[in-house]
Amino acid sequence: MTRLYGVVAEFDDPQPLVDAARLLHERGFRDVEAYTPYPVRQLDEYIPARRNLPLLVLVAGILGTLTAWIMQFYIAVIDYPTNIGGRPLNSWPSFIVIMFELTILFASVAAFFGMLGLCGFPLPHHPMFNTRGFENASNNRFFLCVEARDPLFDAEKVADLLSQMDPVEVKEVEEE
Amino acid sequence: MTVEEKQLETTRRPEPGDAPAVIAPGQTFGAVTAQISSVPLLRRTIPPLWYIAVAIGLALVLIFLVTVSYLFGTGVGILGLQIPVAWGYPITTFVWWIGIGHAGTLISAFLLLLNQPWRSSINRFAEAMTIFAVICAGMFPILHLGRPWVAYWILPYPNTMTIQPQFRSPLVWDVFAVSTYFTVSLLFWYLGMIPDLATLRDQSKNRFSYAFYGILSWGWRGASRHWRLHETASLLLAGLATPLVLSVHTVVSFDFTIAILPGWHSTIFPPYFVAGAIYSGFAMVLVLMLPIRAAFGLDNLITERHINNCAKLMLTTGLILAYTYAIEPFTAWYSGDQFEIALVHNRAFGPHAWTYWGVILCNVLIPQLLWIRRFRVRTKPLFAISVVILYGMWLERYMIIITSLHRDFLPSAWANFIATVWDNFLVFGSIGVFIVLFALFVRFLPMISMYEVRELLPFSRPGGGSEK
Repeated sequence: MTRLYGVVAEFDDPQPLVDAARLLHERGFRDVEAYTPYPVRQLDEYIPARRNLPLLVLVAGILGTLTAWIMQFYIAVIDYPTNIGGRPLNSWPSFIVIMFELTILFASVAAFFGMLGLCGFPLPHHPMFNTRGFENASNNRFFLCVEARDPLFDAEKVADLLSQMDPVEVKEVEEE
Repeated sequence: MTVEEKQLETTRRPEPGDAPAVIAPGQTFGAVTAQISSVPLLRRTIPPLWYIAVAIGLALVLIFLVTVSYLFGTGVGILGLQIPVAWGYPITTFVWWIGIGHAGTLISAFLLLLNQPWRSSINRFAEAMTIFAVICAGMFPILHLGRPWVAYWILPYPNTMTIQPQFRSPLVWDVFAVSTYFTVSLLFWYLGMIPDLATLRDQSKNRFSYAFYGILSWGWRGASRHWRLHETASLLLAGLATPLVLSVHTVVSFDFTIAILPGWHSTIFPPYFVAGAIYSGFAMVLVLMLPIRAAFGLDNLITERHINNCAKLMLTTGLILAYTYAIEPFTAWYSGDQFEIALVHNRAFGPHAWTYWGVILCNVLIPQLLWIRRFRVRTKPLFAISVVILYGMWLERYMIIITSLHRDFLPSAWANFIATVWDNFLVFGSIGVFIVLFALFVRFLPMISMYEVRELLPFSRPGGGSEK
């Protein structure tokens, strides 16, 4: 026997989706997730996301600056000093360009892979993909899922609640 | 009344006095998906122009491969390169290509930060243009080396020769700037494409495309928490790419300004190069956009407003460029430096004077037609002006490189520069590489950002209005 992943409501308009998300939030549900074909900003209030990506990017950027500075200082002063017209070995103003470039490089790589990591990707299989008609979540339909792990979860009550919100369909989704 | 009908109803009521719409009326979420995803997923929607472009592109790639084989087998002597003009065509073309890339980042990053919704339907292929232009650019510094097989010596890595690069040289900075630019552009482009690749996965009709787009989309399922992270990451990357794009052509200009040659050793070069880069980039955006729009019938998503805006930005950057053209001889005269004055004279009346006047004609005079609205919104004249600007910008880099190098301080070291047929083959061959890469992109990837276009539709915000 397969376990229940959650109860899903399918909408064809963003308005009832946001209303339903607000209602569930007011009733105290927290393991709720919406699946939409484009970012719907009003959902952020009811389905709060993790916000630690900017910090990660900042740390990576600083790391990039330091890497570039240490690398150039080590090579130009310690490992392979060259005398060019008697200029100082530690000509730090000419190191600035590469310090800038590596700051951007490290921060960008962190932004990209940090986002994928915080999303839990790569994840080719997810219970939501078992939902009938879920291929339209990336096209023209809006899905709202109350997950079974929510402490307040009760399949019938949640289904009743969602049915009142003008969905196209309410369905149960299983883990396998 | 179904939802689709209701959505159509909403879009058919343009309010009086509105500016021309970013997206033509009569779209629904489903229609946008079907229109854009049909190109990568269904073979029959490919117009004949695509096959013609690929045929021409592949023919040029063949010429490129023959030229590169001959070049690597024989040496740089087959090109017009010599001392003192050791940079010649390859570096001219390198600077030209890298500049073209700049408009893509400008559209995707600057305009995202400035909250300009019209960028949404053209940013994807403008970014693709950036990536392919940087690929073309990246080949040329290697092609002009006497020993291209040791090009990697410019990178700092522990080696048994115990030598290291010289970080006081702008050529080393350039390697870091261009490779960072390529990586960041690629990440930004791919990040924006992930939700659309998921749409292609969901719309795919056969197992192969399902697997192909499934792997590329990492398992994206449009969760609102993921959208939030995606948006944060996009904004961060845009914020990082904006100073980066300004730095790239600045660093390219350092290759020139840090040398003491007359005509190069000038503080105006960084803004001069960046303005020229964006100028040529918008010309390339239009050269790509106008035929694609006509061939794939994208008039409803790429509207008159996009074309008009691109033309206006092109005119603006062109005027900045015209200012620097005017300031260059002034600086030379004001400095009183006889070498600088001689250089200005040599540019305008020397053996390569035709390039100088060609640049003035192509980059300053002809683009003034863009003040007239007809030339900004009619596609054929605009296409022609854009091609002229692209040629003018190539000529500008040729002028900067050749005229400064062939006559420097000591007349006994002067020499003329004459390009060979192989020089020209290299330039046109790289255009072929660009055409083929771009055609493959148009054929296999979503060329317009579907999720961003959905956000532009007037019913995308809950309770009416558009998200953007």
